[in-house]
Amino acid sequence: MVKSELKYSKDHEWVLVDGNKVKIGISDHAQEALGDVVFVELPEEGDEVTANESFGTVESVKAVSDVYSPVSGKVVEINEALLDSPELINSDPYGEGWMIVVELDDASQLDELMSAEEYEAFLKEEE
Amino acid sequence: MLKQEDLIFEQSSPGRKAYSLPACDVPEENIASLLPQNCLRVEEPELPEVSEVDVVRHFTRLSQLNFGVDTGFYPLGSCTMKYNPKINEEMARLTGFTRIHPYQPEDSVQGALQLMYELADYLAEIAGMAKVTLQPAAGAHGELTGMKIIKAYHEFKGESQRTKVIVPDSAHGTNPATASMAGFKIVEIKSRDNGEVDVEALKAAVDNETAALMLTNPNTLGLFESSIEEIAKVVHDAGGLLYYDGANTNAIMGYARPGDMGFDVVHFNLHKTFSTPHGGGGPGAGPVGVKDFLVPFLPKPTVEYDSANDKYTLNYDLPNSIGRMKAFYGNFAVLVRAYTYIRALGGEGLKAASEDAVLNANYLKKLLSKYFYLPYERHCKHEFIITPKNLKEYGVHTLDIAKRLLDYGYHPPTIYFPLIVEEAMMIEPTETESKETLDEFAAAMAKIAAECKENPEIVRQAPHNTVIGRLDEVRAARQPVLRWQKA
Repeated sequence: MVKSELKYSKDHEWVLVDGNKVKIGISDHAQEALGDVVFVELPEEGDEVTANESFGTVESVKAVSDVYSPVSGKVVEINEALLDSPELINSDPYGEGWMIVVELDDASQLDELMSAEEYEAFLKEEE
Repeated sequence: MLKQEDLIFEQSSPGRKAYSLPACDVPEENIASLLPQNCLRVEEPELPEVSEVDVVRHFTRLSQLNFGVDTGFYPLGSCTMKYNPKINEEMARLTGFTRIHPYQPEDSVQGALQLMYELADYLAEIAGMAKVTLQPAAGAHGELTGMKIIKAYHEFKGESQRTKVIVPDSAHGTNPATASMAGFKIVEIKSRDNGEVDVEALKAAVDNETAALMLTNPNTLGLFESSIEEIAKVVHDAGGLLYYDGANTNAIMGYARPGDMGFDVVHFNLHKTFSTPHGGGGPGAGPVGVKDFLVPFLPKPTVEYDSANDKYTLNYDLPNSIGRMKAFYGNFAVLVRAYTYIRALGGEGLKAASEDAVLNANYLKKLLSKYFYLPYERHCKHEFIITPKNLKEYGVHTLDIAKRLLDYGYHPPTIYFPLIVEEAMMIEPTETESKETLDEFAAAMAKIAAECKENPEIVRQAPHNTVIGRLDEVRAARQPVLRWQKA
């Protein structure tokens, strides 16, 4: 499932734009591929994240995976609920399973992300 | 019929005991008069109260629940679950090895030093390296040792800006982990569709900050990196070094040497390639070999041979050494086993072991390709990957198939690795497995594939014949109960 109002990265993260802030999580495809998530490690508020670099890890029963930031900027909020209930990533990846909110350094970097249609095509190609 | 075994604490009955002591033949004193108050225990320790036969039965039954290479086929990909020849154990139990102490004078342990010197020499020959250290206690420990040597080398040359280590996305997880622990930054490069390193991506990734490329060859997909010489050139031209993860050496012994491919540093997993005990039974050993120009950075001490006096010595006089990586000289008893294996097989024998490992893998791959999807349809080395992609419509996953294999009496293959293949099952039949064993395993897999179509529920709920059924892995990870507590 792909949500139309979001933008996507090649590393299967989604971005919800709200002014100069973006909310970030992993896509439904990513949570499906990971399987049951049992642990999430997130940055702290105030940390800087860099586009295409890891900002946290997600551990599932299958593997531990880095989560790559789709954008550069400063973390202004993290989803603390995930630390106790990592399963929210599986049950609601685009909603309660969000991970961090980042204040953008530069809004133009969003242009490099994929639209929902482009991401859907990208998923087909990956198969 | 095996059944679930209660914990020894759960078998406890107040007052039951497994000892009987003779009358005390020295004057008895109250403990409080012998020890200060703060050293005395106030509460009784909670120990299980059981009889001798309870203890013997408990641990005998637990041992019968074990599955090991001595009990059955163990095709755990990437792990090289070799049979451990019993002669290795006999040699490791020689009193000349078991009753020595690491602080004994060198003169009195010449045999042990000779064994270490010769083993290092054999490993250097097998890998095409100048010199080998036997200190590291495991594969990942070897990797860390290798990365520290690479770091020391760049710093010695005044190139401390080389802080990046390139790792392909198919690599063993220990590669980025050890490089990161050694203080490097990781640069991941994607693999090509054929499973090999993308040389163009590598060219784009190297620069004057590149410290090394870490590579396994054959790689984690069981495929030989055919562009290895070009890869080596790209990394060397950029001023970086090549690190060889020796996890998959079992496929190439006597046929190809990492040193000849252009690698500068190599680690070996003695518990894989050289048949020393593995898994929970370890301990492991991860010797590291280096090319000439890196010898000064090896951990110390090194074992040397003084030919003038026909004597083996320990050399601590290595000013550029990265220092010690382990107390004393490594897991010595493991080294004895690997030495025995190499001496028992000889050069031709090691070559035959690699040949049989590759033959077994290709034979089994061919059999299984009738029932499962083969993501890389090409000649493999010692291991290969299949997935149940062709059975996706029946709602059966790799985990289910692995669990169902338990019902057929097999240890499942490695699953969900490497990460770049969805639903991967990684199968590695070692060289000592007979055609009959491989045929029987393939027949079990064929039955499971048929069950996936006709009765997927039996696969999804497997295992059925084991002492304990399907475990709730999610709950075990989220709410682990790690300690027994008295009710």
